[in-house]
Amino acid sequence: MSWTADEIAAIAAAEIPEGAFVNLGIGQPERIADFIPAGREVVLHSENGILGMGPRPPAAEEDMELINAGKKPVTLIPGGAFFHHADSFAMIRGGHIDICVLGAYEVAANGDIANWTTGKGGVPAVGGAMDLVAGARSVRVITTHTTRAGRPKLLQTLSLPATGRGVVDRIYTELGIFKPMGEAYRLLRAAPGETLEAIAARTGAPLRQAD
Amino acid sequence: MIDKIFPDARAAIDGVRDGDTVLIGGFGEAGNPTELIHALIEQGARELTVVNNNSGNGEIGLALLLHERRVARLICSYPRGSHAHVFETLYRDGQIALELVPQGTLAERLRAGGAGIPAFYTPSGVGTALAEGKETRTFAGRDHILEHAICGDVALIKAEAADRWGNLVYRKAARNFGPVMAMAAKTTIAQVRKVVPLGELDPEAIVTPSIFVSRVVPIADPISERDHILALEQAR
Repeated sequence: MSWTADEIAAIAAAEIPEGAFVNLGIGQPERIADFIPAGREVVLHSENGILGMGPRPPAAEEDMELINAGKKPVTLIPGGAFFHHADSFAMIRGGHIDICVLGAYEVAANGDIANWTTGKGGVPAVGGAMDLVAGARSVRVITTHTTRAGRPKLLQTLSLPATGRGVVDRIYTELGIFKPMGEAYRLLRAAPGETLEAIAARTGAPLRQAD
Repeated sequence: MIDKIFPDARAAIDGVRDGDTVLIGGFGEAGNPTELIHALIEQGARELTVVNNNSGNGEIGLALLLHERRVARLICSYPRGSHAHVFETLYRDGQIALELVPQGTLAERLRAGGAGIPAFYTPSGVGTALAEGKETRTFAGRDHILEHAICGDVALIKAEAADRWGNLVYRKAARNFGPVMAMAAKTTIAQVRKVVPLGELDPEAIVTPSIFVSRVVPIADPISERDHILALEQAR
């Protein structure tokens, strides 16, 4: 039985330590904000110039000048701050962000990540992803284990254009938690009812049990 | 007496020439100088290079400028979006050139432009298609690529309040690219919700000092992009 999207978000949130400065990517990573354990102070960074980003407000209090990277309304928690784009990306590129969690089209066993273009002639869009993978101290990925067509997203090598090389150090999917090891992935934790063999069958590179 | 306050957007936009590079502030729906862009459309400059983080929302502001075919080239980080259909159609039909830039590199290229730094090295984008053709150099064992500064002929930005010298304060996340674009253009035009008497803005809180601002236009009640998008969706 695999994890739900909320369970994955809660698991990823549980691995974020007290006091961390964290950037959450658009989509599934945003959900992590809802599962930071009570009492743990984590400072969320939003690339458009916010530190101390809080949850989505009630509809009546939405302010389109207080939005996140996904352009959705958010709030500011006490202690929060606003700043301009160059300062915001100095935080990212200067190595001040402890953890970023991104979505991905593909990840490779050597830690490469692809998440900016499907290379098929659609509109490419990079946003802050290349800055985040180059600058954040820990780059983590939340993704479904396979594409809608059932193809593995955890591969030996990327088939799509890379966002960054050798940068990913943790992957959360509905099947488990994984670490890219170079030639293979290490299974750090399997979802309930999942086995190494069953997950390996849906993974595009060798999968090894954690020591 | 220094007085940078203009009576309306059309007067403030005067002097933009065909082929100019126009820096346009905003991120998503926050901080877009929609009224200044509409004045630019009325003014008529063509073959523009526009720098913006996105590619316009709905059919107003930057999206309308694109629709009117005034933009030859867009330099941006994230042109995709649920309301970016004007750009997407032009791009698909080969009617506009796109230079895609990592968002941090975009901000830093503008900051460098404003600070007199012609180029800089960064690890962002190394090993990707966006590094192709760029000079590479290794510092402390890590590869970096050379990125060049962006300078604008004109910057169009939105701020919350200004005084007659052009000192600016912003509101929340609408600040985004405003301060770096103000630095990077020869002529910076700011639309603001209100103009206050000189001396009223707290000097400790001024974000963009007046030296970076050329003209100010009060637009008390700017168009809400959200209302525009909702109306578009309802019309479909």
